[in-house]
Amino acid sequence: MSVVSDLPSKTVNGGLGRREQLGARAARHRSWTILIGMVIVGSVLPVLAQLPPFSLAQPANAWIDGFTNAGVFVLLALGLNLVVGVAGLLDLGYAAFFAIGAYTYAYVASPFGNGILGLDILGSFGSSEAAGFIFWPMLLVGAGVAALFGILLGAPTLRLRGDYLAIVTLGFGEIVPIVFLNSDLLTNGTAGIGGLARPSLPIIGGFSAINPYPYYITMLVLVTIVMMFCYRLIESRLGRAWEAIREDELAAAANGINTVVAKLLAFALGASTAGIAGVFNASKLVTVSPDQFTFVVSFTVLAMVVLGGMGNFWGVAVGAFVIYTINNVLLKSLNQFFDTVGIPFLQDVDFIQLQFLLYGLALVAMMLVRPEGLFPNSRRKRELHAAITETEQDELGSVAGTTEEDLPQ
Amino acid sequence: MGLPGSFSPQEAETRSVSGDTSMTAATATGETGGATRAGAALRPLLRFAIPVLLLVLAWFYLGPQQFVNALTRGSIYALIALGYTMVYGIIELINFAHGDMFTVGAFVSLSFLVFLGFSGAITDVGLLIIVLAATFLVTMGAMGAIGVTIERLAYKPLRRAPRLAPLITAIGVSFILQNVIQLFYGPFQTNSPKVFPDSWSVQIGGATIPVLSVFIVGVALSLMVGLQLFIGRTRLGRSMRATAADRDAAALMGVNINRTIAITFLIGSALAGAAGVINGLQYGVARFDDGFQAGLKAFTAAVLGGIGNTVGAALGGFIIGFIEVAAVVAGYGRWGPAIVFGTLVIVLVFRPSGLLGQQLGERA
Repeated sequence: MSVVSDLPSKTVNGGLGRREQLGARAARHRSWTILIGMVIVGSVLPVLAQLPPFSLAQPANAWIDGFTNAGVFVLLALGLNLVVGVAGLLDLGYAAFFAIGAYTYAYVASPFGNGILGLDILGSFGSSEAAGFIFWPMLLVGAGVAALFGILLGAPTLRLRGDYLAIVTLGFGEIVPIVFLNSDLLTNGTAGIGGLARPSLPIIGGFSAINPYPYYITMLVLVTIVMMFCYRLIESRLGRAWEAIREDELAAAANGINTVVAKLLAFALGASTAGIAGVFNASKLVTVSPDQFTFVVSFTVLAMVVLGGMGNFWGVAVGAFVIYTINNVLLKSLNQFFDTVGIPFLQDVDFIQLQFLLYGLALVAMMLVRPEGLFPNSRRKRELHAAITETEQDELGSVAGTTEEDLPQ
Repeated sequence: MGLPGSFSPQEAETRSVSGDTSMTAATATGETGGATRAGAALRPLLRFAIPVLLLVLAWFYLGPQQFVNALTRGSIYALIALGYTMVYGIIELINFAHGDMFTVGAFVSLSFLVFLGFSGAITDVGLLIIVLAATFLVTMGAMGAIGVTIERLAYKPLRRAPRLAPLITAIGVSFILQNVIQLFYGPFQTNSPKVFPDSWSVQIGGATIPVLSVFIVGVALSLMVGLQLFIGRTRLGRSMRATAADRDAAALMGVNINRTIAITFLIGSALAGAAGVINGLQYGVARFDDGFQAGLKAFTAAVLGGIGNTVGAALGGFIIGFIEVAAVVAGYGRWGPAIVFGTLVIVLVFRPSGLLGQQLGERA
């Protein structure tokens, strides 16, 4: 109900023309902000990794590698943010698209996969280093295949009301790893597909496990591009349609939004981001197996989106990065710290095991105290707070309603 | 949306036993009556014939052993599904934490039995009855209390919030429950004392059937019938139905909404606790994350039966039990979960109101 009321009330003062001009300039500016911001973040992180508090925990290369892995989750969180945060569709099986992206790469870029496809794709490149070029187009192919599955899943189910959708996606998220696990002949079952080609570039040559920087920089570029996409999508007509659907689907439909198409696009675009993350992750691990894509991944990413601030892509990206780093560095360091110091009770606690307890507590606390997340999206924040007390909301609605009607006169 | 109301207990019993789908007529008199009137002459016959035929087919396909196995599994799913469907019926929340309430129930019961000092079968019938009764009472009581506490702390403050908020909270509660169990009992399977002797069996129709299975199905069915009586015949049950139908109108009529919702959580959680006890008796092990899969399957059962409909949930639970066991018998045991979730997707796509549910329409 607030979509209708708050948008026009903002445009009241200036003319539409000037506002659009300003908007256009701001949009151009914001894309640059993202680029400059990511360049700064990207160059500060390696420096930080060399400095005392961080360098004590683990060597710099391990940090860079960790940042790259965190980047995979940032990509996933950015994609899921489009679905959950912006369009308001709760997707609990997001890891399925991650898996689909990864297996797509595995089929094209491994001897086993090529055997299944019956095409000698890797061999046609000549050397194994040259075969790594396939990684770059595969980023797009992985995104496309994941988007296709997103549409296949979404087309029949997006008609359902929100919470049914959550369950269907949860079921889908369970089915996909089971299929990859049990189709032994096609996917090599539990062991998964190994020997994937690492990416390579003309001058740099093949990426390796020893030098983490090529992967790190590739990830920075991917995150920057995806963030720009997200930003431009959210500010676009489609983004506004998503927000309208999230806040009131009936009202959105009544205002001429094709809700089914808009929701399908949210699903497909969210899935494609997961597909990119899957291709990247597979190329970095050089192997894919069903246990990389359990519901744990889906829920971790969801926690990142919720804690970071649904709808705000900066918040989500920061949330994902921070949570990943806490999980994989801080908790491990805590274990080592208490082991060496030897405090009786804390010594026995495995903090990594506790991570989901912490997620759970954080999710509940967040929803009760600050449902908009740590770095909220302003419109989302208003929506979440307005709905809590109904009378307040009604008052706001009626006030906004009258100003809107009074305007033309 | 409502919880089904005023059908007689005899009907409820026979129907949940035989897996009869004719409940639609009884549930929805006056609401969807118009749709069921068409082809009135043929339908009652079909309604009896199809389920009976399916049961007979199942008996011959699965054989007596697996048939009984399907019934016990189905009892567990049905008891969990009841909690899902009741909570959904009354506050339209998919309580993701409900599957984990089942796990907590399993651990409460095994801790209680270990606390009493039992580790194996009890052959003294009198003692066995007392121990079982005490276990059920303690577990169901404890789970009821936990359920009400969770509702009060985590869901009640969000009753007027956007739908996404309580859903995410429920996921959070699910994490918390799983990990608290893991903290106390570790990540591996814990043995649950199998106090009911495995060796006892009875001959039914030439097949040897464990008394334990008869006991489990009996307990599950009597709890379900009890629930129907409670919902259909008592004052509290009536306030539950009223709240499910229209919360604001019920409040205007003097129904205490907060208490009614609390009672719904109490009953749902107690039933999940009973399922936990049964799981321990039947399988003898429990693990912290059992509730995730069981919860998903039970939710499938609730949707299959028509969410919000208690008879449907029970029926759906047994159907899921049969599907799963049939998958094992057919040699596709590893695909079991995929088949169940596939069923869920298909039901949601083609018949979102479930077998016995009313048309919900497109309430986004």
